[in-house]
Amino acid sequence: MSGLWTALAGFFSGAMGAMGLGGGGVLIIYLTLFAGVEQAAAQGINLIFFIPCAVLAVLYYWKKKLIVWKTAIPCALAGLLGAAAGSYFSSWISGEWLGKLFAGLLLLMGLKQLFYKAPPKGQKQDRTKPEPKE
Amino acid sequence: MMKHNRILAAVGGFFAGALNGLLGAGGGMVVVPLLDKAGLPPKKSHATSVCVILPICIFSAVLYLTSGRVSLSDASPYLLWGTLGAAAGSWILPKMNSVWLKRIFGLLMIWAAYRMLVR
Repeated sequence: MSGLWTALAGFFSGAMGAMGLGGGGVLIIYLTLFAGVEQAAAQGINLIFFIPCAVLAVLYYWKKKLIVWKTAIPCALAGLLGAAAGSYFSSWISGEWLGKLFAGLLLLMGLKQLFYKAPPKGQKQDRTKPEPKE
Repeated sequence: MMKHNRILAAVGGFFAGALNGLLGAGGGMVVVPLLDKAGLPPKKSHATSVCVILPICIFSAVLYLTSGRVSLSDASPYLLWGTLGAAAGSWILPKMNSVWLKRIFGLLMIWAAYRMLVR
């Protein structure tokens, strides 16, 4: 039975990730709230989990010439420095506080999704009412 | 490309990396809007963001593995299913009303955040 949940959680996280819906959120939510995994371990699982999905996506986008390397390279290099700093700090923070920080990130991501507006250019607007504002 | 865009990209990349290393997720939330701001068209900024996050993610994963916070066998049960899900997701994406999907999913995230905060 737990194998089925594992499969479903993996499948939906991968699908959500590919659709740009924050797949990382789904897997970490499942792991910490339902599977009883420690926050730090859940984050690590999510990092490893993202690698094959991202490799597939990058190969596909590369073929379609959608990657702007001139921007990607400095961005990624600086990102490596940031990752070292972030990972270092996260090993200093207790699992409980790491979980609360993650909840904060999730809240921001959730609000962003909830109040998402479709890009106006090139797409049909089917909404008549304006967006609610917080 | 203009020089200040490259600096913008580097600063944003640093923050995305920090978030990725600290919380294991969320880099895309920083990188995509940043690339938009640097003047990339939406499709390219989405694609380029994955390309930026991949090396960051590999590096963070290595740091998590070497510090013993996670092991490969912890993650392996999810990998195959995740890859299948990713393939399905990229196939379904163009056929779906993703605005409502985003909203429903946003609610799920807010609910999970609440559960984690009051725990």
